[in-house]
Amino acid sequence: MSSNPATMKVGYFPGCSLQGSSRDFAESLHAVAKALSIELCEVPEWNCCGASSGHMIEHLVSVALPINVLLKAQKAGLDQVMAPCASCYNRLATASYEVAHSPTTKAQVEKVLQTTIRKLPRVLNVVELLAQIADQIGPKVTKKFEQTVACYYGCLLVRPAKITGFDRTEDPVEMDKLVATVGGKSIDWNFKTECCGASFSVARTSVVGRLGAKIMHDAVERKAEAVVVACPMCHSNLDLRRGEINKRLDPKTDIPVLFITQVIGLALGLSEKELGLGRHFVPVRFPAKPVASPAATPAAQ
Amino acid sequence: MSRVGVFICHCGENIAGTVDVAAVAKAALDMPGVVHAVEYKYMCSDPGQTMLKDAIRDKKLDGVVVAACSPRMHEPTFRRTAEEGGINPYQCEMANLREHCSWVHEKGAPTTAKAVDLVRIQVEKVKRNHPLQPIRVPITKKALVLGGGIAGIQAALDIANTGSPVLLVEKSPSIGGHMSQLSETFPTLDCSQCILTPRMVEVARHPNITLYTYSELEKLEGFIGNFKATIRKKARKIDEKLCNGCGVCQQKCPVKKIPDEFNEGLSNRAAIYVPFPQAVPNKPVIDLANCTYYKTGKCKACEKLCPTKAIRFDQEDQIEVHDVGAVVLATGYKTMPVNNFSEYGYGKYKDVIDGMKFERLASASGPTGGAIKRPSDGKTPESIVFIACAGSRDRLKGVPYCSKICCMYTAKHAMLYQHKVHGGKATIFYMDIRAAGKNYDEFVRRAVEEDGVKYVRGRVSRVYEDNGQLVVKGVDTLLGAEQVEIRADMVVLATAVQAQDGAEELAQTLHVSYDPYKFFAEAHPKLRPVETNTAGIFLAGACQAPRDIPETVAQASGAAVKVAGLFSQPTLTREPIIAVVDRQPPPVFSHCVGCFLCKSACPYQAIEEESIKNRNGDVLKVVAKVNPGLCQGCGTCVSTCRTKAIDLQGFSNEQVFAELMSI
Amino acid sequence: MSSHHESSSACHSLAARLEKEGEVSVADCYQCGKCTAGCPAAEDMDVAPSQVLRLLQTESPKHEERALKSLAIWMCIGCETCVTRCPQEVDLPRTMDFLRQEALLRNLANQAADDVVAFHKAFLNSVEKAGRLFELGMVGDYKLRTGHFFKDLGIAPTMFFKGKLGLFPHGGANKREVAEIFARARAVKKESQT
Repeated sequence: MSSNPATMKVGYFPGCSLQGSSRDFAESLHAVAKALSIELCEVPEWNCCGASSGHMIEHLVSVALPINVLLKAQKAGLDQVMAPCASCYNRLATASYEVAHSPTTKAQVEKVLQTTIRKLPRVLNVVELLAQIADQIGPKVTKKFEQTVACYYGCLLVRPAKITGFDRTEDPVEMDKLVATVGGKSIDWNFKTECCGASFSVARTSVVGRLGAKIMHDAVERKAEAVVVACPMCHSNLDLRRGEINKRLDPKTDIPVLFITQVIGLALGLSEKELGLGRHFVPVRFPAKPVASPAATPAAQ
Repeated sequence: MSRVGVFICHCGENIAGTVDVAAVAKAALDMPGVVHAVEYKYMCSDPGQTMLKDAIRDKKLDGVVVAACSPRMHEPTFRRTAEEGGINPYQCEMANLREHCSWVHEKGAPTTAKAVDLVRIQVEKVKRNHPLQPIRVPITKKALVLGGGIAGIQAALDIANTGSPVLLVEKSPSIGGHMSQLSETFPTLDCSQCILTPRMVEVARHPNITLYTYSELEKLEGFIGNFKATIRKKARKIDEKLCNGCGVCQQKCPVKKIPDEFNEGLSNRAAIYVPFPQAVPNKPVIDLANCTYYKTGKCKACEKLCPTKAIRFDQEDQIEVHDVGAVVLATGYKTMPVNNFSEYGYGKYKDVIDGMKFERLASASGPTGGAIKRPSDGKTPESIVFIACAGSRDRLKGVPYCSKICCMYTAKHAMLYQHKVHGGKATIFYMDIRAAGKNYDEFVRRAVEEDGVKYVRGRVSRVYEDNGQLVVKGVDTLLGAEQVEIRADMVVLATAVQAQDGAEELAQTLHVSYDPYKFFAEAHPKLRPVETNTAGIFLAGACQAPRDIPETVAQASGAAVKVAGLFSQPTLTREPIIAVVDRQPPPVFSHCVGCFLCKSACPYQAIEEESIKNRNGDVLKVVAKVNPGLCQGCGTCVSTCRTKAIDLQGFSNEQVFAELMSI
Repeated sequence: MSSHHESSSACHSLAARLEKEGEVSVADCYQCGKCTAGCPAAEDMDVAPSQVLRLLQTESPKHEERALKSLAIWMCIGCETCVTRCPQEVDLPRTMDFLRQEALLRNLANQAADDVVAFHKAFLNSVEKAGRLFELGMVGDYKLRTGHFFKDLGIAPTMFFKGKLGLFPHGGANKREVAEIFARARAVKKESQT
């Protein structure tokens, strides 16, 4: 894959949530990709990866579905596939790992998909992709993102280490570095990789409320003005489910949750509409910055 | 005409259970040159050996093949027996019917046929054996001890007390090792330095011990009894003869903010410093990386103020080469650094410390005078969580073994904390309690029953900092695996004991084996714990495996006695299985053409050049010559020689070909 | 592994099958409890995560049943924290997957977790039918299965107005291919059980 500043091509697996409830993630990703001259080549006829429900109750299906996606990517000549959803990313990477390391599983999947599996395309997550071209982002920043944020990685971007091989499993730093690249300040906090409740959003919303409250509490206590995520599930659990979270917080919190692509997009000068900021449940608002010099004419707020 | 006797051993059922020994004996009788062939239950036993001796005498045997176990087991035994029977011991060979045959094959005709072949090979060899005499080599009766911790100190003292001179080489500016950093030692709670420093002084004063501190071993050449050690004495930049240890230089040095290694970074030292007040020798050393003079050319305050004018900025490292007869490895250990623990903060929390740091806090001569204080704000912690097995028994962290000492020192730490901070809450998260030594378990019970230390069985998943306190997320598995969260003022990790930094490089310098964790390998885990596989190099202390002080001292004395045993012999006897370059009558003088391929191939630098001269002193030919003192009989030179001028005594080309052609 | 406990035929014990199918060796676990200590869902569990492993270690049918019937396996979020910190690298998430699947096969799933099971089934059902998840359809299926008809009704309008509620399933996948994958996988799985 060339890192030619003109065009960089990468295979792209949107995943089901980006089509639906995380449209804002997709919008901001496409906008930022365009601004950074990254061509996202969508895997033709892609199917759902199975997400959590797949591996939780039907293991073989949960391996076959992602492998099917990777085979389609391979057929389309893509040697790398970026999956912006952390869960999709983890499933694609895990299925790939299992097939590579377990001859039994490989044989079974080959039987299910009725094909032979050879070396599959590499799987990356969105932070990994952006980190690779971080040096191209800096020069294109037109409006520094001068906020203090808590980078929330969630569970599946960095764990387990042998599957992801990306960043540190505890106290990861890649997203923080991207935030710094666009002028932001990320706090040191304790809940970077503490689970938000994931797919329990529907069936056990109280669990999401409990875990989300712990996350938001730490972020707010450490003066974060926003939480930055790279996973649609995390976003949904901290944004859409804010009501459930706020039941357990006093005072309640209204700090927004942004996708890393939205943060970068803002710094690149893209509009709120392009970045889907209006679709959030918690309005994207930042505290007003103090005026620099008291002698100057006070700016209109 | 050869008269070879073949003795087939049953080895109980070990060989006879798989190989038809009677058939082998019968087949042996048919081999050309064999005049006597018998089988017996245990050849190595007293009657077995007597039978061998009698047969040699009665049948006038000139060669013997004992078909039994591996020569590594009993070759010396049977060679001695053969010698007692009246023939040269090198006329006795062994055929390995056990490790090479009965132990690796199923019972059956092919296995017996293989056994017959093995016997045949040795018969063909023995027929071509020549009587050989053992080589006697002088022994340098001086020992080199590497490492000046308690292991090295004990070994040095013991060897010195037998009358042999000892060179004690220590990397850091003072001897004492980790034991000098400890506060009190389990199970007696003796003050560590109080029991150590008298030994340190004894070492310094001992007439037979030469102390090389701030020195390292660069190279070790030679072999047992005849090593050549190259030692680098790093320049302290002090004339030790003039320095009187007054300490003015340390006080006046303007560079004062270097984290003190001895105090594990809890205090600072100057660029010119003595590691600790009780250091032996009590002479400072200049830290070149931090000294202003070496960085910018300015200052020299110490030189100006030294009352005895002992500072020598231009002092150079000195290299000394010494002949020694034995080496004792006592280089000690290190503990796993706290920044290795991703789930406990990667070392970024000041109040998450390791055991060694706690020792410095608890030590009366430490930076806090023995008061337990939080490194972050100097306050006294009201609660401490101790985490045992931090990094040990942890495949994920690459240390699957148990570090042995942590259960004991954690109990000790908790007890010391309770003694010093009445009302403080000590909690220890543990997996098991390993307290197998003398008075050890009673010591741990004391912590629980008398000092009120709370033990919780379970590992800690995570530690993070919140509002100046540390949140410890553990579990109590004895309570149905109930989650336990404790907010503590300090966390002490009992981190894994690991091999010293540089252990691998040192092992390679000495040609000593080491295990996957870089601990030096003992020759046999059960029966030879203080020897290595390299003859003449012995082991003492934690460089071999994690261990506590009593065991270290015992092992050091054990290594010392091995050295003393070696030095007690007048000469060292070496096996005569060495290479020899042939000699011919003039005008050939030797088939060697002087290409010296053998010299570059020899791993032991045992081949020299020899000039063959005529009566006038003119050089006729330069040929290779093997030094019988260095040659290990590996045979590499024999295979490289193009003209087959060099051959191995006891394993000649002729013999090897005959062995191969016989089957 | 089976000492004083009455053991199921060793080769058919859950532990043996887990080793064969999932390449997880429960014997590796020395019950240190670190997994439980860091588990975000432990407080919702009837049996702690480390104890689930213990129930498999004994290879006793009584203990195996307790594991299969536990609520714990359904309260596991699949966050992978346990395996990331386990000093023996025991794949507990994979063990949980295995137990869940087995519990459903034997119809032993804890009733208190009916809604969780319903969610997973509704999810996969949606994927099987259309190749991609149809969120609205999935939620509808979930409500039918559980009877929680009023769940999240409050947020539905907001979602709709923010464009997050797709009213129709998305095309794009090869539906027949996906349905075949499901069918074949189930057949292969069944074959391997016998």
